[in-house]
Amino acid sequence: MISKIQKARYVAKQGISKALIYILAIIGAFFSIFPFLWMIICSTNTNADILQKKLTLGSALLVNYKKLTELAAVWQSFFNSLFITVVAASGMIIVCSMAGYGFAKFNSRGKTRLYSFFILSMMIPFSTTMIPLFKMMVSFRIIDSFWAIIITALPSVFLLFFFRQNFASFPIQTIEAARLDGANEFYIFAGVVAPSMKSTYAAGAIWAFMREWNDFLWPLLVIQTPKKQTLTLMLSALNSAYFIDYGALMIAIVIATIPIAIIFFTLQRHFISGIVGTGK
Amino acid sequence: MNNLTKDGKYMERAISKKIKTYNPEKIHGRAGWFFVFPFLAVFLVFTVYPMMDSFYLTFHKMEGYNISFAGLANYKQLINDELFWRSLGNTFLYLIIQVPVMLLLALILSIVVNSPKLRFRGAFRTMFFIPCVTSLVAYSIIFKMMFSSDGIINMSMQWMHIIQAPIQWLREPIAAKVLIIIALVWRWTGYNMMFFLSYLQNINKEYFEAADIDGANILQKFKHITMPLMKPILLFSAIMSTIGTLQLFDETFNITKGDPNYSTISISHYIYNQSFVYAPNFAYSATLSYVVVLILVVLSIIEFRVMGDEK
Repeated sequence: MISKIQKARYVAKQGISKALIYILAIIGAFFSIFPFLWMIICSTNTNADILQKKLTLGSALLVNYKKLTELAAVWQSFFNSLFITVVAASGMIIVCSMAGYGFAKFNSRGKTRLYSFFILSMMIPFSTTMIPLFKMMVSFRIIDSFWAIIITALPSVFLLFFFRQNFASFPIQTIEAARLDGANEFYIFAGVVAPSMKSTYAAGAIWAFMREWNDFLWPLLVIQTPKKQTLTLMLSALNSAYFIDYGALMIAIVIATIPIAIIFFTLQRHFISGIVGTGK
Repeated sequence: MNNLTKDGKYMERAISKKIKTYNPEKIHGRAGWFFVFPFLAVFLVFTVYPMMDSFYLTFHKMEGYNISFAGLANYKQLINDELFWRSLGNTFLYLIIQVPVMLLLALILSIVVNSPKLRFRGAFRTMFFIPCVTSLVAYSIIFKMMFSSDGIINMSMQWMHIIQAPIQWLREPIAAKVLIIIALVWRWTGYNMMFFLSYLQNINKEYFEAADIDGANILQKFKHITMPLMKPILLFSAIMSTIGTLQLFDETFNITKGDPNYSTISISHYIYNQSFVYAPNFAYSATLSYVVVLILVVLSIIEFRVMGDEK
């Protein structure tokens, strides 16, 4: 028998924990989106309004946009970034998912050792390989070319790890069944396994797209002519100008953020289910 | 008789040969290597070779394109390099404050957004993840603006009477370090939350129901159910964040430029300066980067010991 007091205490306790959860959620959400909202607000205000901390939407969006196009070749940079990102991300996903499948479903002692070696190499910071890579790009004569960014991005150990973890849970019976039907190994991978792992590929694609779209240090080293600048390089250049037009800068940031936002919001359904296997 | 055994032997040999050629194990192995090969090839060229080249450079001296053997000269120079130690100290400070704070916040947020008591969970989850959508350069610029001496942060803190005079976020050594930490926490908490959340959603709800029946409170449930089951992902996130922090570059480069007086410069930023800003000293910066490798290996071993189990 539950007495009335106990019941009231239980209800109160539930109420407090519910309130706590809402408070935490609202505080978290406020701090998470404030800089983001502020960026959007600033992109619609004039430089003078921004400096006066105006916190409402303005009407200077088009003026800012026009200023930005005078200051920098924003669409040129946009398409440079888009080209690099799409090609590099697709390449990374093909190369890394194939290898992830190879390690997950074709285990041998040699491969286990090789895989541990790959995982350990995650410890190598980019600054270690940066200089020899730079020298290598010079000798390949692809300095100041998008290919210098694309080909060096291909071996992503994180993606390899991510795909291996996810492929490990793919039922081996399905693969065996396809083998009995006489399908060749590559067809089994590309025609049977990969199409049924859409969430994994979606999560991998989000990760690869973000990584390449946001890449900064390596493009900073290899890209030299302004015409070939990526968006991140253009933003950084605008940010270090002596007189910064904040309205124009903010709209540039908005433009740089939109593609990632679109990719994320269209694929986010898959994102969580895709990363479940990681860390196991 | 003799012939028969001979034939038998031939037959045996032929069969075993045939079995060998049609050995499914072997085909299996070959197909495995076929899938691994493209990755292995690009990895050897763009990671292993540069790693070795870099290591080779640490014992050499580079003048233009002339390379001469220099023994341990680079390592000796490093010991007396005050700026190196300072940038290493800064990076460590970021690491020991930012990583635990961020992981704790990410854990709290993931529990909040996983709670059945909360409505609009999808919307909250998306909002928590929004910082990860902005590029590192973009958010660095936004933070630099918000935290300028007459920026919106100082203004609202003065308005709420938390501070009297504006804090010089970009000019005070300590405040600048705090700013970098705040920025990092803001950018990466939601990212780690996603990993934790995917794990939380896989925890069998019956564990919690059983605990409820036994009258366990939130903290007990957290300590005895959530934490043990989350251990692998916590370890994974801790190691990935350590690696990420030791590679910190975009933020210090775009928010503070490593200023004031090198008080925020990170080790990666310093290596970049040594290679491309000051008189280029590739051999020396390779040496610096190997020190980072060493530190990362040691830190990861420590993290494994502290948080991991037999795995």
